[in-house]
Amino acid sequence: MTLDPTHLTISELRHMLDERELSAQELLGLHLERIEAADADVKAFLRLTTARAAEQAQAADRALRDGTAGPLAGIPMAVKDVLCVKGVETTAGSQILKGFKPPYTGTAVQRIFDAGAVMLGVTNCDEFAMGSSTENSGYFPTHNPWSLDRVPGGSSGGSAAAVAAGEATFSLGTDTGGSIRQPAALCGVIGMKPTYGRVSRYGLIAFASSLDQIGPFTRSVEDCALILQTMAGHDPLDSTCADRPNNVARGLHDGVERIRLGVPREYFEVKGMESGVRLAIQKALNTLEAAGAELVDVSLPHTDYGLAAYYIIAPAECSSNLARFDGVRYGMSEQDAQNITEAYMKTRRKGFGAEVRRRVMLGTYALSSGYYDAYYLKAQKVRTLIKQDFDDAFANCDAIVSATSPTVAFPIGSRTQDPLSMYLCDVLTLGGNLAGLPGISVPCGMSDGLPVGLQVLAPQWREDITLRVARAYELAADMRVEVALVD
Amino acid sequence: MPLSRDQVRHVALLARLGLEQGDEDFYAEQLSGILRHIDRLQELNTDAIPPTAQVVEVAATLREDVPRPCLTQEEALANAPAAVDGFFRVPSIQEEA
Amino acid sequence: MRAVGWEVVIGMEVHVQPTTRTKMFCGCAIAPLNAPPNSHTCPVCLGLPGVLPVINKAAVEACLKTAVALNCEIPRHTKFDRKNYMYPDLPKGYQISQYDLPMSHDGHLEVGERRVRIRRVHLEEDTGKLVHAGDRLHKAWESFVDLNRAGVPLMEIVSEPDIRSAEEARDYAVALRTLLRTVGASEADMEKGQLRAEPNISVRRTGTTELGVKTELKNINSFRNLYRAIDFEVKRQIEALESGHDVVQETRGWSDAEQRTFSQRTKEFAEDYRYFPEPDLPPLELDPAWIEELRRALPELPEARRVRLVSQYALPLHDASLIAAERELADLFEGAVRAGADAKPAANWIIGEVAPGGSVPTINQLADVVKLVTSGSITRDQGREVLAESIRSQRSAGELVAERGFAQVSDESELEAIVREVIATNAKAAADYQAGKKQALGALMADLKKKAPNANPKMANEILQKLLQ
Ligand SMILES: [Mg+2]
Ligand SMILES: [Zn+2]
Repeated sequence: MTLDPTHLTISELRHMLDERELSAQELLGLHLERIEAADADVKAFLRLTTARAAEQAQAADRALRDGTAGPLAGIPMAVKDVLCVKGVETTAGSQILKGFKPPYTGTAVQRIFDAGAVMLGVTNCDEFAMGSSTENSGYFPTHNPWSLDRVPGGSSGGSAAAVAAGEATFSLGTDTGGSIRQPAALCGVIGMKPTYGRVSRYGLIAFASSLDQIGPFTRSVEDCALILQTMAGHDPLDSTCADRPNNVARGLHDGVERIRLGVPREYFEVKGMESGVRLAIQKALNTLEAAGAELVDVSLPHTDYGLAAYYIIAPAECSSNLARFDGVRYGMSEQDAQNITEAYMKTRRKGFGAEVRRRVMLGTYALSSGYYDAYYLKAQKVRTLIKQDFDDAFANCDAIVSATSPTVAFPIGSRTQDPLSMYLCDVLTLGGNLAGLPGISVPCGMSDGLPVGLQVLAPQWREDITLRVARAYELAADMRVEVALVD
Repeated sequence: MPLSRDQVRHVALLARLGLEQGDEDFYAEQLSGILRHIDRLQELNTDAIPPTAQVVEVAATLREDVPRPCLTQEEALANAPAAVDGFFRVPSIQEEA
Repeated sequence: MRAVGWEVVIGMEVHVQPTTRTKMFCGCAIAPLNAPPNSHTCPVCLGLPGVLPVINKAAVEACLKTAVALNCEIPRHTKFDRKNYMYPDLPKGYQISQYDLPMSHDGHLEVGERRVRIRRVHLEEDTGKLVHAGDRLHKAWESFVDLNRAGVPLMEIVSEPDIRSAEEARDYAVALRTLLRTVGASEADMEKGQLRAEPNISVRRTGTTELGVKTELKNINSFRNLYRAIDFEVKRQIEALESGHDVVQETRGWSDAEQRTFSQRTKEFAEDYRYFPEPDLPPLELDPAWIEELRRALPELPEARRVRLVSQYALPLHDASLIAAERELADLFEGAVRAGADAKPAANWIIGEVAPGGSVPTINQLADVVKLVTSGSITRDQGREVLAESIRSQRSAGELVAERGFAQVSDESELEAIVREVIATNAKAAADYQAGKKQALGALMADLKKKAPNANPKMANEILQKLLQ
């Protein structure tokens, strides 16, 4: 085990900080060096917030000395470009928001700051979180630290790559159809999407409001539980955020003995599933079984319809959510126009990238007069069926396990011409969003030298089960998230 | 059902997305491809199925009617591309101009 | 206006700002009318990226109270929807409103002799304000956006097309205002934009049942203009149809300056609002116990009060209707009666003097004047003067009467002495009267008024006639 602090977990670093083996400011310095060395290749960060980081690190050192340190004091972290931070340029990976500095900080990020974390910078993502490769960023693509000619996954590709490359100890992402779990899998780190309503969305630049959730990327399951616990809980500023107990780390180390793990056959038969991935998952299931879990066959019969339902609901909501980007109050604005309609059309044509425009068009069409019933309403009904599938499956198991992504990281540029092939990246993850479930991806070996992720889904509000199964796997497989050594 | 050029133009206007050279063909082709996949939804009989708009059962919370601090005018306009005398400025809403 | 052979059909869409301290979905205080632009905004009502709405409880309560008072049905579940259209006064590019599950539906309001059915009462948010500036010569046009009003709560009250004239439409709006004020849901001041009435108007041949093509009127800022705008529009539609033209379905604005309606620019294509459930707000459960509590706490409604004014004070229905139509007047009436004024004279004073005048006296001011006039202590004209002055100076009627020497001389012997003096100094007039010239009495009375302005005129007249017999 290397003792390079840029490779360590929160709990390991916290031990060093408490023991004065290292100061928060030194830890920050090491990370800035690492970013300096790696990020020219990885391009995980859109922008650094060095001055803010220095202040936060200084405050953390003070708190550590005074004994008032929060649970994340001094821990260097990164924030996906869709989470608003007061005074920090936040652009949702889009040219249309270039230069926008929010006058407020979102709830989840504020709670992370309040716990003492040090924000290094803003990470790259697909524009408005629409994509599965971070190639749709309005700025530049991010590269997979394990193989620079490959994508890191997306849309939270920058956040996943930063943790994988040793540039941040943890990071925050958002997951609408798999945008945390899939890049976590492709970058070989842990990533978790909580139950819809567990973490406040206040400050999250909305893509699809009924699907979006904020979640962490970490190097250990324990860290994941800690970050989630820190962010979770009722927020008077988000009406969809539940007011209920947040004991997500309950029974974290209790193991999987007598836990029934549902193996959905449909998830092993999806189009484009790579044999190397299937093999790695099979091995992981064997490991869990050996650790005491019971594997049971379950069925999610509407799996084939999930993608279609998702690609109506998410674009419909996004077409409405993105209407506010009109060049009036913030962001890009084409003022050279004869009238307001022309100004809108010019601004939005120029400011939005191709994928965003494609989805805005699709969503507008699906909601428009004469098509609402055939598309939007139909998709909502199919959403009910998909949720029922999970309810039925969970009647026979405690958690559902599968691959996170049917493939390992693919070469940059290999899927950009065919949107449907890109959408298929999320076929195993988006069901969790449609049904509002908590889901985690943990690394479970390699295929062709690239990481494979194991996904664990649990019933709504049972983050404790996903974390417990993930922790049991981590322990049984002696799995340690490795930092990809980019040089 | 594939999208016609007319539909593309209509949807683009609804969405206030300008159309540039080649856009109509691009959208017509790409959206039609995606819709071909999506049309499989019609295979399912959902007559008796209620729609799900929100997947988690959370009751709406009501806010007490107590004022919170506003932004200052300066803060409100800080990101504005064009601000004049405390207002956001926009090109005319008069179509004739 | 009543055009022979035509029936007027009017439905009303009324937007009312409920009395709340903060906006519909954020904690911004409601801006005063003269607030600087964009001084009452926050990330939520500016529609910044990442923000979310949270429902104002007071707005929901005001809407429910209104709905209950309008005899509406209130469902167990209600939800909010997004109405999508892009316009610079609409920061999010959609308005949060209610589409297929409104807060309430199917009620009614009694307006005079007519029952107007209420289709629905729902909650939504207001837009911001646009100020236009332009230069026709250089074709340089621009607009300015103030978002102080963006997100202010609005109740939308939609009636069925049950109204049959401009008068009824105005009476409906007045009755609605009284109801809203009575239940404390809104101040409903039209001039302040707290109540905005948008009538839908069509006409049809008497005896037909099919609805004609309707127009919708906007920019009406007073009850008087509501009447005038409808009156104008009805005439315009009838004239068009009678001369063989069509009525075009459109939105028309009312021009106060020109006293006419005009076609507002028809949009280049029909809007398609793409309503869908607002994903940022879970459905709202309306606890029946809460509704019951609101229902029980409602004050007496204008309709019930009208009935009671008739039975309790023996007022004619006409008087009772006029007084019950305004809560302030009805409170004044009942207060004055309690303070000792007789009911019918008090009603007369309110209908004849207070209602047309505009400024409303206190209960004691009115009661004192009514009592003084009824007892004959002062004349009706003096009463008017005293009432006006006591409202203006906030001094008591008794004080003013004494100061002006208004108190009438009603003492018989005193009056007789005065009358004898008048006869003595007007011997010719007295003789003329006695000779049968009855109009000579006028000259005698005139001199009496000059000599003794405070003389009780009725008594003095009687004494004069008696002495000249
Ligand atoms: Mg409305
Ligand atoms: Zn506000």
